[in-house]
Amino acid sequence: MSGRAEILAGLKKSLATSGEAESARKNAVAARLKDTPAGIIPARGQLPADARVALFTCMAESVQTSVEQVAANDDVPAAVARLLAQRNLPACLRIGADRNLAAMPWEANPALEVRHGPSDGKDATAVSHAIGAIAETGTLVLTSGTDNPTTLNFLPDLHIIVVSRATIHGDMEAVWSDIRQTYGKAAMPRVVNMVTGPSRSADIEQTLILGAHGPRALHVIIVEG
Amino acid sequence: MRMQSPRFKQNAREALEDAQLQRALTNVEHGFIGKRQMAADALPEFEALRDNAKAIKDHTLAHLDLYLEAYEEKVTASGGHVHWAQTAEDARAIILDICRKADAKIVTKGKSIVSEEIGLNEHLTENGIQPVETDLGEYIIQLRGEPPSHIIAPAVHVNKSEVETEFRRAHTHLDPDRNLEEPTTLLNEARAVLRQKYFDAEVGITGANFLVAETGSSVIVTNEGNGDLTQTLARVHIVLATLEKITPTLEDVSQILRVLARSATGQDSSVYTTFSTGPRRPDDPDGPEEYHVVLLDNGRSDMLGTEYQEMLRCIRCGACMNHCPVYHAIGGHAYGWVYPGPMGAVLTPSLTSIDEAGNLPNASTFCGRCESVCPMRIPLPKMMRHWREREFERHLQPASARFGLGAWAFLARRPALYRTLFGLAIRTLGAVAGKKGRFASLPLAGGWTKYRDLPAPEGRTFQQMWADRGGQTERKDAA
Repeated sequence: MSGRAEILAGLKKSLATSGEAESARKNAVAARLKDTPAGIIPARGQLPADARVALFTCMAESVQTSVEQVAANDDVPAAVARLLAQRNLPACLRIGADRNLAAMPWEANPALEVRHGPSDGKDATAVSHAIGAIAETGTLVLTSGTDNPTTLNFLPDLHIIVVSRATIHGDMEAVWSDIRQTYGKAAMPRVVNMVTGPSRSADIEQTLILGAHGPRALHVIIVEG
Repeated sequence: MRMQSPRFKQNAREALEDAQLQRALTNVEHGFIGKRQMAADALPEFEALRDNAKAIKDHTLAHLDLYLEAYEEKVTASGGHVHWAQTAEDARAIILDICRKADAKIVTKGKSIVSEEIGLNEHLTENGIQPVETDLGEYIIQLRGEPPSHIIAPAVHVNKSEVETEFRRAHTHLDPDRNLEEPTTLLNEARAVLRQKYFDAEVGITGANFLVAETGSSVIVTNEGNGDLTQTLARVHIVLATLEKITPTLEDVSQILRVLARSATGQDSSVYTTFSTGPRRPDDPDGPEEYHVVLLDNGRSDMLGTEYQEMLRCIRCGACMNHCPVYHAIGGHAYGWVYPGPMGAVLTPSLTSIDEAGNLPNASTFCGRCESVCPMRIPLPKMMRHWREREFERHLQPASARFGLGAWAFLARRPALYRTLFGLAIRTLGAVAGKKGRFASLPLAGGWTKYRDLPAPEGRTFQQMWADRGGQTERKDAA
């Protein structure tokens, strides 16, 4: 027998003692996988729009994410240029093929050098577009693919994430509904990254330090329109 | 790693005398307890979420075979491979085989305590492959040639100056006169050294906090981002996880995530929670070309259907050890294997044997703090008690302990004799102690009085005082 057959046979033997009929067990599993019942959603994950955005901002800032709001997509490149200047960073950034980002007037800021594609580790700054956010924990949700390559989330020192106000959800469960709508039931993009603040470590004497292996800073731009 | 648990008593004595370790251990007590309490208090639904998290895992364990089959089907459909390993040896062989086929010379690793359980690093090294730990804590202990002393903070026993010494020894390509006083400088140095390794490695190995049956995803929860770089930049990604990591749905994972980080570090959420499903897809510009999951049993299936089944709910948050007075006193290494603290005291005898690990379930005051903070409501003291019973039944304790327990049991079954003897003993002790009310030394109690005075009984037994208050002393329905 292979490891697989032996392990499964052992499990079935141990579990047979529970007295539940095999057909009932199978039905219970099939039903849960099909219905994906939601559990307890904390009250703070169920706020109306304005309070939800306020909570998101508060939670994100509490984990050292900086947050700003702009009125429209067209305002993003100027906000990015301003941020890089403020922080004395090179006016150079990397983005993927995301349609929202591509439609922004980057050329209106000629000083900004925009590179495209996945990161090779030499980029100081990357800009990604999140599919949504979670107010409950101040979390941004990013998915892999050409639009927003996963390497952009981890290699640059500064990660700027653009998110539409309308996609700031209260709870994590709302994100799963969105993903099922986009990718189909029980299907996932290759990677879903949930990001709550810049990278950190407390492995040396429990002292919290930012910028362990991933970005040293995380900046969120909420687009109102 | 080699099992050192039979040496527990000696390890504990050495740990108590290790001033450096004692200083480091104060960080555990001060670092974790208050943060967890604040995070729990800030979420009104926290206790209800604990109940739900427990219920989800109980349901999963009762249907473990079926969820594993469903999970495997989804992984395969997404282009990944599932490998089933019954033993540590099987898992090592499977991983080595994948590494060889990938022609790997360097393997990066995200933190995986299961890889410590199976002694993976030693095995890869012996076979000419260099494993590089990328979690800062794991990297520090790898340089020191030590096992982890905590499941989420593996280098919690190490002080800053010791990290500096180790970095100066290992990073010889850097200026020997550089200043490494600040923790930030140490972190930046490790970041720079390890950054290149992610690009050099052919294979990246991570653990998994969850495996999702609904979607075939593996989930890692980290703060540093090292696990993500490990699994994104290597050509081959191997996930090493044990059977009980299976969780039915994304909603179920979301429930448990709400108690995991809060119990572990007091964060509302860890920085990176990453769901990975299969290898790079046709339109993916990055990510691994191969995705393998090694599903390890190594004794878990034998725990199902026994009094230790509930231990399989454990999500490895570390709250039990963070709150354990014994762990605070001796640290993790004294436990002698991969899993320290209360969860280790239950799990280690299950995965190894009570003959080797019998000391561990005895290293508890049964204060109950571990159970009271366990997000999965695992009755750790009860299970330690089961191990003590097993140990007694199998005559594994020293003769003096067996004699003592036997004598007490003899008396406890004879209430009249018990009352007479103990009444007499307590009156005598009270009289001998006199006004001082304590003993600086007492025959048979040297282990206690060597370090502190023993309070003397006040002359009357509990039963006598109970009777004075009109309490019932014998069950009316007693035969």
